[in-house]
Amino acid sequence: MTDIRYLAPNTLDEAVSAFAAASGAASILAGGTDLLVQMRAGVRKPGTIIDIKKIPALTAIEDLGGGAFRIGAAVSGAVLAEHMGFAKAWPGVLEAINLIGSKQVQGRASPGGNLCNSSPAGDSVPAMVAAGAVVTIQGPNGKREVPVEAVPAGPGRTTLAPGEIVVSFTFPVRPKGASDAYLRMIPRTEMDIAVVGLGVNLTMEGGVVKAARVGLGAVAPTVLLVEGAAKALIGSRLEDAAVEAAAAACRAACKPIDDKRGTIAYRTKVAGVLLKRVVAIAAARAGGN
Amino acid sequence: MNDMSNKWIGARTIRPDGADKVTGRATYSADNTMPGMIWGKVLRSPHAHAVIRSIDTSKAEALPGVKAVVTAKDFVDFPIDKSVMLGIQDMRWMARNILAKEKALFHGHPVAAVAAISEEVAAEACKLIEVDYEVLPHVIEIEDAIKPDAPILHDWVRHEGKPSNIAGTMVLKAGDIEKGFAEADIVVERTFTTRPVHQGYIEPHACTVSHAADGRVTIWSSSQGQFMVRAMTSLLTGIPQSNIRAIPAEIGGGFGAKTIVYLEPVAVMLSKKSGRPVKIVMTRDEVQRATGPAPGSLMTVKIGAKKDGTLVAAQGTFYLQAGGLPGSPLRGPVGCSFAAYAIPNVLSTGYDVVSNRSKVAAYRAPGAPHGAFATESVLDEIAEKLGLDPLDMRVRNSAKPGDKAIYGATFGDVTFVETMDAIRKHPHYKAPLDKNPRPGVKRGRGVASGFWYNAGGESSVQVNITEDGNVVVTTGHPDVGGSRASIANVVAELMGIDHSRVNVIIGDTQTIGFSNLTGGSRVTFASAMVATASCEKVVGQLKERAAKIWKIDAEAVKWEDGMALPAGDNAGKFPPLSLKELAAKANEMGGPIGAQVQLNTTGADPGYATHCVDVEVDVDLGIIRVLRYTAAQDVGRALHPSYVEGQIQGGVVQGIGWALSEEYLYDKQGRVDNASFLDYRMPVCSDVPMIEAVVVEIPNSKHPQGVRGVGEAPIVPPLAAIANAVHDALGKRFYALPMSPPKVTARMDEA
Amino acid sequence: MSKMHVTTTINGEPVEFLADVSSTLLDALRGSLGLTGTKEGCGTGDCGACSVTVDGRLMCSCLMLAVEAEGKSIGTIEGMAQGDHLHPLQQKFLEMAALQCGICTPGVLISARALLEKNPDPTEEEVRFGLAGNLCRCTGYDKIVRAVLETAADMRESAR
Repeated sequence: MTDIRYLAPNTLDEAVSAFAAASGAASILAGGTDLLVQMRAGVRKPGTIIDIKKIPALTAIEDLGGGAFRIGAAVSGAVLAEHMGFAKAWPGVLEAINLIGSKQVQGRASPGGNLCNSSPAGDSVPAMVAAGAVVTIQGPNGKREVPVEAVPAGPGRTTLAPGEIVVSFTFPVRPKGASDAYLRMIPRTEMDIAVVGLGVNLTMEGGVVKAARVGLGAVAPTVLLVEGAAKALIGSRLEDAAVEAAAAACRAACKPIDDKRGTIAYRTKVAGVLLKRVVAIAAARAGGN
Repeated sequence: MNDMSNKWIGARTIRPDGADKVTGRATYSADNTMPGMIWGKVLRSPHAHAVIRSIDTSKAEALPGVKAVVTAKDFVDFPIDKSVMLGIQDMRWMARNILAKEKALFHGHPVAAVAAISEEVAAEACKLIEVDYEVLPHVIEIEDAIKPDAPILHDWVRHEGKPSNIAGTMVLKAGDIEKGFAEADIVVERTFTTRPVHQGYIEPHACTVSHAADGRVTIWSSSQGQFMVRAMTSLLTGIPQSNIRAIPAEIGGGFGAKTIVYLEPVAVMLSKKSGRPVKIVMTRDEVQRATGPAPGSLMTVKIGAKKDGTLVAAQGTFYLQAGGLPGSPLRGPVGCSFAAYAIPNVLSTGYDVVSNRSKVAAYRAPGAPHGAFATESVLDEIAEKLGLDPLDMRVRNSAKPGDKAIYGATFGDVTFVETMDAIRKHPHYKAPLDKNPRPGVKRGRGVASGFWYNAGGESSVQVNITEDGNVVVTTGHPDVGGSRASIANVVAELMGIDHSRVNVIIGDTQTIGFSNLTGGSRVTFASAMVATASCEKVVGQLKERAAKIWKIDAEAVKWEDGMALPAGDNAGKFPPLSLKELAAKANEMGGPIGAQVQLNTTGADPGYATHCVDVEVDVDLGIIRVLRYTAAQDVGRALHPSYVEGQIQGGVVQGIGWALSEEYLYDKQGRVDNASFLDYRMPVCSDVPMIEAVVVEIPNSKHPQGVRGVGEAPIVPPLAAIANAVHDALGKRFYALPMSPPKVTARMDEA
Repeated sequence: MSKMHVTTTINGEPVEFLADVSSTLLDALRGSLGLTGTKEGCGTGDCGACSVTVDGRLMCSCLMLAVEAEGKSIGTIEGMAQGDHLHPLQQKFLEMAALQCGICTPGVLISARALLEKNPDPTEEEVRFGLAGNLCRCTGYDKIVRAVLETAADMRESAR
């Protein structure tokens, strides 16, 4: 019988030192909606569980002005959904985070956990990649900041160094005419893991795309930033040819597998279909901003 | 008794077990504890197919905290060459299903079990059991299992004289199909596949068991029949039935799958060995991996018709998965597929195919949805080719009273046409449907029908008058979804008292007479019939007591509105005696009032259902959603309409899952790859619309209240109805279920 | 194996219990606390049978460690009725037969109450998505959705 320790530190420094001291035998507990399932299945057997929800920075939502936000990594989807300002600035990110699991799971699941679980199918990740969100990471060697797409290394693996904890996500200032959207394909209407997930972040000016980012999930070992799709959109008026080119770029970026949730052919096709749909939603939202 | 102007029969009363169930007080199988209880855990095979050379339990037994370990050796031996049947279950297979004997036949097959002071210690001990396996090649799918070079599961199975995985055959015949097809103007022949689907009850299997020092056993578990639990446990452990008290816990869904045991005999032997009460609770993973499911199928149906739509010949060949041990429900597709139609020439053949999957269990109208998917799809295609309305064509071919059914019975009433008329007259069938509502979206409408035998069988019901003049009814049937409410309505009606004065409880095996399973759409039929007989006896006693008090003949007393009244010449001579008054005088006038009636009931006529569904297809993503669903069924008489509707609505949504999203997936090692509610995709609330149940009530003349049976028929038509609707939307027919998004887009991309 | 001491509030009453770190809130409720009204259907957050509220927020008790309950306020099905006065949802579920086997019912009721507290006037679609985390295999959801919509209407009426 293994004896598990539970720690719920109040400061980030305590958490980091405990995490580092455990040298790989500890697990960070935010919402626990992945961790507890993995523990039950015997996939993860942490010696120490470090609950980070008592650390203020991890559960804060800061409005930085101009559409910029800093979101604590352990903020639950349900809490974030109640923040009107965030919903207005980043509707795509919010809808992605709010697609992680049921209402029950929403009460616990967080973007930080979704990112660190490092499933290529995590819903929030493509939207945060499209948003250009920056991750603040605290570790034994101090603080560093990286783009969201730099964190996942493969299914279940991250680029975080031992002892490092994801603290928050910073979303940049929103220019006028900017908005975002996220869609995923699931067989049911709820409760499924994304077969493909796709986030688009657009800045429109006079009907022309000035800036674009496309994040694509569940079609490769990690969530992808599809620069070719963004390139096809930027400078266009979202004419059919431009959107089709962006869809083609998404399809080309896919390196999926056949598994219980989808086939290679299906995932590749869906990536293109979703790109078109998400662009249309993001553009409509951006037009209203 | 078929007077529709009843006060309680047909009323939407509040169920007697309701308040406990909405407050969390109802105790289900996992909610029980016993003093000194320890925990059991089952060790399961890591291989899909392996010979078990030996099992060494010594290290597990030596682990501190372990109290007992059992293997198949601890149970009654059922040699392969001698069948021992209990109902439709062969104990040779049941014994080998609860604990593997010669071979592990599927990944997750129980191999041994441990009882220990905690679940953790029991799980730890399981890891210490050393099983010497000789791993064999495995086979999962029907197509592979029937190939000549397939790995053979059982060397004692022979088909056409050769070793085979076809463990059984069933053939039904009428007329001459060669002649029939020669007479046809049109013949359509198609091959269909369906995937195994789990019954999907939310309550995992669980039990708490005590084997006392004097050999008396108490079993607390949920099942569809406490008498089945007692009988199977007795057979498998050798303990006499008189010493086994099986107490029915509230059951959290069964749908057929809890008509057999998995845990109870194992827990009994662990309790016997350890001398302690033992509790075992399955995880969801164990439930999905090693219980149920309904079989997958491979079916070819060929139907011939005249230009006017008259069906002249039908041939069905149905391969059903049995799982690792024989026993798929062949009588479902073989007997039901063509039963509702008057087709002169029929050949219907079923094959029971074993493969390295968990042993199948009953699931609502076992086997019938499979056959209906094939048959009702082919009928739709014939109607389309002949330019006929699909329901008009079915009506033309309905079986008639007095026809001989293919399965041997002679039809009494046939109320098939009435279910089709209910749909033909329903606004849904005539409502305009915009088939191209938006770019990339198509809609379509489909219909299909279904048939189920229904069943009677043994029931026992006690009706006791309490000392304060109220009524307690005891039945022997677990209540899976409102049977207590239905019986309360019947008894209140017959006793002429307010519904609130009747309480209905479920007896255990030692407190009520033998009662067969809750299954086959039989319980409301049978228990209402027996409750009626019990009430008649009790009313007879009450009239006798009144007669005694009044000193007149019992024949001169009538029972009305819960009171004895002098009748005939004596009318008005004495003030009425109420149930309360008679109860108060019970002891001085001859003792307690009550009666138990035990009957083997007969007269359950078949159930017929016709469904109409609208679907919408997201063409680019291949997602099919159900927009509108109307299900008509002849239920005979709805004793409690809400629970009748609920049966229909629940069956339909299970059918929607079967058609669109549910399936077992296996990996290359022969392991279930989606043994969770995450990836075994049952419909969630947002997946489905309201399900309109059209309750047709044509009283069954062989039943005192006219009951026909409800629970199975609703799951028979949905698979075909939805496939037919998808065809209407897309112009393409789907012959394989589920119609999951990757399959739909692949089909759309076909040239 | 050392257990942790947890001080919490359950259905408004102070409760203390001991828990293994690895055990879930569901384990604690159903085990030492004897609150078996909260059901386990899957243990992985996929069925909602174990739904409870934690500080008013809907959660799966199988996805929360028991030790996380420290200082929180937990609401379970056992606390939904006030004595023998049923919550309007409980009463409506009985009247409209919105349960068959009843195993999912405690979780569905807890979810539905959380839904109506947030949104007293939900559409059918909002009810359906609000309850999407609660699997029911018996009813086909029809009567559940109707009962929630009718309760919402009744509660709005009586709040006037």
